[in-house]
Amino acid sequence: MSLRSPPPILSVRPSRALVDEPFEVLVENLPPGGPVTVRSLHRSEDGDDWEAYGHYVSDHSGKVSVSEDLSFGGTFSGKQPMALLWSMRPVPGSRSGLRLRKLKVTTPMLVNISVYRGHNDFRDQTPLASAITERWYMAPGVHRVDIREEEVQGTLFIPPGPGPFPGVVDIWGGWGGLLEYRSALLASRGFASLTVEYLKPGELQTDLEFSSFEAAFNILKDHPKVLSDRVGVLGSSAGSIVTLYLAAESTAVQPRCVVCISNANCYPHESGLSGIQHLLAKKFDKIRLDENNHEIWRGIGLALLDDAPYKVDMGKIRSPVLLVNGLDDQNWPVLETADRMAQVVGAAGKAHLLYRLDYPNTGHQIEPPFSPHFRATNLAIDGTKDKAILLWGGETKAHSEAQEDSWKKILSFLRQHLYCSPKAKI
Amino acid sequence: MLQQLKMEEKPCSAALSVQPSRGLVDEKFVVLVQNTVPSCPLTIHASHQCEDGHSWHAFAHYTSDASGVVNVSEDCSVGGTYSGVEAMGLLWSLKPVPGSKPGLRMRKKNVQAPMVITISVYKGHLTEGFGDQVPLAGTEVERWYMAPGVRRIAVTEDGLTATLFLPSGPGPFPGLLDLWGGGGQLVEYRAALLASHGIAAMALDYLTCKYTMETGKMVEQDYFEAAYTFLQKHPKVLSSRIAMLGFSLGTSVTLKTAVYSEVMKLRCALCISGSHVQPLDGFLKETLGYFNENSGKTCFTEDNEAIWRNLLLPIPTDLSLKVDMKEMMERAGNSHLLTLLSYPNAGHLIEPPYTPHARSSLFRDVKSRQMLMALWGGQTLEHSRAQEDAWRKLLVFLRKNLYGGVKSTSPLSNL
Repeated sequence: MSLRSPPPILSVRPSRALVDEPFEVLVENLPPGGPVTVRSLHRSEDGDDWEAYGHYVSDHSGKVSVSEDLSFGGTFSGKQPMALLWSMRPVPGSRSGLRLRKLKVTTPMLVNISVYRGHNDFRDQTPLASAITERWYMAPGVHRVDIREEEVQGTLFIPPGPGPFPGVVDIWGGWGGLLEYRSALLASRGFASLTVEYLKPGELQTDLEFSSFEAAFNILKDHPKVLSDRVGVLGSSAGSIVTLYLAAESTAVQPRCVVCISNANCYPHESGLSGIQHLLAKKFDKIRLDENNHEIWRGIGLALLDDAPYKVDMGKIRSPVLLVNGLDDQNWPVLETADRMAQVVGAAGKAHLLYRLDYPNTGHQIEPPFSPHFRATNLAIDGTKDKAILLWGGETKAHSEAQEDSWKKILSFLRQHLYCSPKAKI
Repeated sequence: MLQQLKMEEKPCSAALSVQPSRGLVDEKFVVLVQNTVPSCPLTIHASHQCEDGHSWHAFAHYTSDASGVVNVSEDCSVGGTYSGVEAMGLLWSLKPVPGSKPGLRMRKKNVQAPMVITISVYKGHLTEGFGDQVPLAGTEVERWYMAPGVRRIAVTEDGLTATLFLPSGPGPFPGLLDLWGGGGQLVEYRAALLASHGIAAMALDYLTCKYTMETGKMVEQDYFEAAYTFLQKHPKVLSSRIAMLGFSLGTSVTLKTAVYSEVMKLRCALCISGSHVQPLDGFLKETLGYFNENSGKTCFTEDNEAIWRNLLLPIPTDLSLKVDMKEMMERAGNSHLLTLLSYPNAGHLIEPPYTPHARSSLFRDVKSRQMLMALWGGQTLEHSRAQEDAWRKLLVFLRKNLYGGVKSTSPLSNL
């Protein structure tokens, strides 16, 4: 670049945002009508590099606006303001089957956005300009509290302000360990949220019984900053089993409303999920492999639809239930499960309590907006140290749209039922 | 079953949000209250504890609309520390709480941490006793001088007392020397904010720097030349695109440099609240000497606040001694280089936007070490508008002159 020509400028607005907030990436002062690549780069907590990029052409005034212009290719194409986040994938040469999840929520995710000359071999070049943007799970003033009771271990996030606040118990599914990011984000959106630790990281085993989740619900309900009659439950995957149990069968607690993402309804043991890995293992003959040798587990769930020792009796639900599912879920037959549950609910005269969001071309891992979509990841199975690659499903663009839409609708559902005004804005 | 969904008799939980919750100091935000009782009088309150431990607050009176909403960017405040439709009033109208020491001025020293403001909404139209009532809702907002990725570098080489702020990215970037006024010290916040806008800005202490503190002598021109050269040679700075920004006394240095310096070739110069009236011979010592000679022209208000504006008045009418800057340049034929922004009812301390206006404050004279109450002037509303407008225009001016093409053909972008 000539010493006399002005340098390009890249800006990201806002430069610091919550993870579910959009941003605008603008590049200015480029040579007019020139090909450039805008790229995002993030180093995960595990030390892996993730990237996304789009190929653009600057306009006559030397500008590229990622929000307004078309990408001609890269990890995304078309007009996609947020694809620099949701289309991220591990850089070439990375280990396979990786997953991007933030464990430490008190610090932001740092994403470097750069612009390079041309559409080819950009990784070898020094960028023309770059900026760092921070993506936060915790809004300023959100308070994080470790919960270490005898029966319940987890983390509580409390919104800023005097309170009291509605509460949401947050229950994850398999292999996650203690995941805090969704609760942190819920607290940033006005809900005191308790995430329960019950599965060991990287495993699908637990000793925790339903009664412990009831205890967790009560810890939240009895907290001085929580409105005791406005506590709901949000569960995903295996966590949705517990969620539905609390909504329908529990005599100890009564959630005001529940949300299930990627629902499941069967359980191995009268009192909880212990032994779930054995229940699944019994049907391992139903696992299919796709063309990449990734394991499709939905057959296990299909077999268990009729065959499971225990199922939550959905006819007994007492409060509104929102089911969020992806129709390309390869890990669990979520649609079939939801259809069965709808039949039972309908027969009990409670159809008005059931709400469903079924997203086409969307997989199992429906995360907060702009999280990168991963179609398959490495996991340990069956309590052994063997790893397999499990297929979650979903086509990236549709899945990312589903994440954005479902989060808005989940928040609106929670606000509707946990804050009292029916006219509350999304 | 319906009975089991107990309808709570308690009032709705109000929700308060500020977007963005983490912003740069010069960015606007939207304060929104929702879920309150419709057509209800409410007070929105901002409180901040500055680094010195003093408490500041601002508040405004609103009435929620029929859907229980107040939007500070759209609704009218009917009283408080500001009135009317003022999106950012909760920041620029911040005042020390009643009972505070007089003469306070809010200035951030540690720019690597944000300013944290607590915003709350109370029922009714309150003017005091905020600490005694529980608000309906509250939230916290962070205001940053440094954008993510901006690097702060202490500079002590070549005898300099300075801090360089480099923007995020590979560079190289245009550079800027940032000079404050007669209070001295190493004031970093404006340079940090400029770096957040893509300029490698270096805050330079030239009155209370190491050299002066150790020898008791004022620095000479070569000190500023060393600062300029440091920037010029820096691998992340574009050597042909260096500007100088001077405030108050800093203007005197900036103008002298812009006109006479053989070493420092400024791409552009910015002067805030300053004057070109100074002895042509010598440099800082002589300029300060000139002020001192005229110190008898200082006036005092009833409250013993010092007014210094007359020190440089009257500006000589003798054509050979001078006239005002605009006329001088018109006669010289270079007035096309001058952009003049004059703000009615604004005072001396024209700072980055949304910082609270101080009409007067305690000021320590650098030479005598004496503390006085200085009257800076300005009416808060107009002064705050002036700060916003001046900063925006300053950024556009810098963008055009430092980032513009050689022929300046790039259209100005909206900032």
